Amino acid sequence: MDGFGDIFGEALRLILAWDSDLIEIIGLSLRVTLTAVAISCVIGLPIGALVGAFSFPGRIAATVGLNALMGLPPVVVGLIAYLLLSASGPLGPLGLLYTPTAMVIAQTILVTPIVAALTRQVVEDLHREYAEQFSSLQVGPFDRVVALLWDARYSLLTVMLAGFGRAVSEVGAIIIVGGNINHVTRMMTTTIALETSKGNLQLALALGVVLLAIAVMVNAGVMALRASAVRAAYA
Amino acid sequence: MTGRTGLALAAAACLTAAGVTTTNAAAAQEQFIVVQSTTSTRNSGLYDHILPMFTEKTGIEVRVVAVGTGQAIRNAAHGDGDVLLVHARAAEERFVAQGHGIARFDVMFNDFVFVGPPADPAGVAGMTDAVAALAKIAAAEALFASRGDDSGTHQAELGLWKQTGVDVAAASGGWYRETGSGMGTTLNIGIGMGAYVMTDRATWISFGNKRTHRILVEGDPGLFNQYGIILVNPARHPNVKAALGQRFVDWILSRAGQAAIASFTIDGQQLFFPNAGRRPR
Amino acid sequence: MRANTAPGPLLRTRELCFDAGGRRLIDRVDADFQPHRRTVIMGANGAGKSLLLRLLHGLIQPTAGEVLWQGQPLDRAGRRGQAMVFQRPVMLRRSVIANLRFALAVRGMSRTERATREAAAIERARLSDLADRPARVLSGGEQQRLAVARALAGAPRALLLDEPTTSLDPASTHAIEQQIHEAHESGVTVVLVTHDIGQARRLGDDLIFLHAGRVVEAGPAPEVLDAPRSEAARAWREGRLYLGANDPS
Repeated sequence: MDGFGDIFGEALRLILAWDSDLIEIIGLSLRVTLTAVAISCVIGLPIGALVGAFSFPGRIAATVGLNALMGLPPVVVGLIAYLLLSASGPLGPLGLLYTPTAMVIAQTILVTPIVAALTRQVVEDLHREYAEQFSSLQVGPFDRVVALLWDARYSLLTVMLAGFGRAVSEVGAIIIVGGNINHVTRMMTTTIALETSKGNLQLALALGVVLLAIAVMVNAGVMALRASAVRAAYA
Repeated sequence: MTGRTGLALAAAACLTAAGVTTTNAAAAQEQFIVVQSTTSTRNSGLYDHILPMFTEKTGIEVRVVAVGTGQAIRNAAHGDGDVLLVHARAAEERFVAQGHGIARFDVMFNDFVFVGPPADPAGVAGMTDAVAALAKIAAAEALFASRGDDSGTHQAELGLWKQTGVDVAAASGGWYRETGSGMGTTLNIGIGMGAYVMTDRATWISFGNKRTHRILVEGDPGLFNQYGIILVNPARHPNVKAALGQRFVDWILSRAGQAAIASFTIDGQQLFFPNAGRRPR
Repeated sequence: MRANTAPGPLLRTRELCFDAGGRRLIDRVDADFQPHRRTVIMGANGAGKSLLLRLLHGLIQPTAGEVLWQGQPLDRAGRRGQAMVFQRPVMLRRSVIANLRFALAVRGMSRTERATREAAAIERARLSDLADRPARVLSGGEQQRLAVARALAGAPRALLLDEPTTSLDPASTHAIEQQIHEAHESGVTVVLVTHDIGQARRLGDDLIFLHAGRVVEAGPAPEVLDAPRSEAARAWREGRLYLGANDPS
């Protein structure tokens, strides 16, 4: 097998050559993943905040459910999304199967529980601190959720990163609903899977290094933002 | 104040989502079809070679979903594809008989080969009788890595085992290893464990991680690997783009399409041999 | 001190009880809080002072009995007439001014009205220089000043304080007492839980002494402090004589 030095050399070569296919694949990966994470946040943040900040019958069951859904296998999510989007499925007429939108849907199903479950924990901890003060100020339910989410914003960045990490690295769901179609639904991870199956292990690993580099850059950017917030005592 | 931030976030999300949707809308305006096909044809690079010719001529984009033959047939039976191009004759004919497909046509063939480690523990190197070679492997209980995924290759392999009379299901987990994976992954695994593997020649030639494995058995007529093409039945699946799909089928079977297949080579070796219309059905 | 404008007590409890963990923590408390007066609640640790304050503010619901606000059972509107300051100030993770703004915004106050009130409140609390600093980097004393300012910004009729100066230095304590004093001067009714006898003398018109969840003594603060009639109050006061002797007032 090729040495690891060769693999990093290959990765560097890939990045330096910056060919249009690679740009397209990276661009699609980021577009799909970031869209899925954004939608997951729009859905998952309020759900997590509601479960974290209010007591209602079934709250423990909701918490257990959210936590369990964090462990959804991507392949299962892919199958669920496939059955929904298949021409013979309920959403078949939309014609979304084998499109980037299908991958966004699958990743949203995958990531929303993660965002919701982690948000619940963050918000619950913060709410324990704020509850009496909120009650004293008679903060209404809506203002309460908004205030908790806003005040937890730097902790929630980590939650979003967890969602991003999960989405950007998974292959099982998107390969089923995306189909790994060249120039249409080919992403970083599906390319890695493809090159591995073609026996191009060096290229596959080099792509993995590129993926890792992107993940590192996104994480570093967010963490820098958070660190400056911690220094300003907002976090 | 906080409300506005939330709105901005939601708006940003919608905009990003719109970005993706717009691309889909743009793509939908172009004409495209979805072909359910196999990893062996895609991984070898055949489609990268022939599809641009078709698209240039017709303006129709072809989107290939490459999975195992079994899964490709199931996907097409759900209506998730316009054309099926696979290699498992019996299953293809069943697909047509069930009304999912219009008709099946031969497109091209290549052949299967057995690859194995240079040490060749079962001593099958140079054999041209596939069934006898498998019997020797079973007798030696030498490691054999099978796709185990209901793919065309897997079905062909099981057909050969049946002729040997060896019950591989009983040996599964022992010397007979079912990977449940695609051709490339199975090759990676088989090579890693020093096992014999049955693979189509096209995948093997274009495979990048051969290490010391090489072809040990080839040339048996029983290793013949026929690919067929089927237009998915629009009467059964109304979303099927029958007209566009038919143009692709017609082109593949035409002189131009057949010539395109024949012109695909790797290292000077032709990987697929067109035979449309040369055999009945 | 002032002429009573409203008839009867502003806030009163009737047979108020609160149980938790199978124990009766507040036991048939009848207490009156007269408008424009400053009532100090004292008692040993665990006597139920903070619980009583939370019941008065409607943060917890009584097991039995009731809290009356202007003669009516305490409801949302009644609670709006009150503001509370906790022992440890709870500041949102925002700037000083944003903390004030939040408290006013949740009362549905218009932007322009908010702006005037914010400015006035921050001025009164002498926090103008710190307006744009994150609230949580302020010192404990500054945060408590902000908490009192935030409580008063909504113009409550009653201000409830739960040991607001317990962890503060003398200067910060003085500043908080000054804020309470000014609020009272402007007509706010004050209910203060404290352990500090000196503070009780400085700020208390009336005094309620709790022991084991019951009111054992109530009356004008100087009388109760100087000549406690109940054994519990006497014993407690004697244990704390040293602090009282240290008190400059």
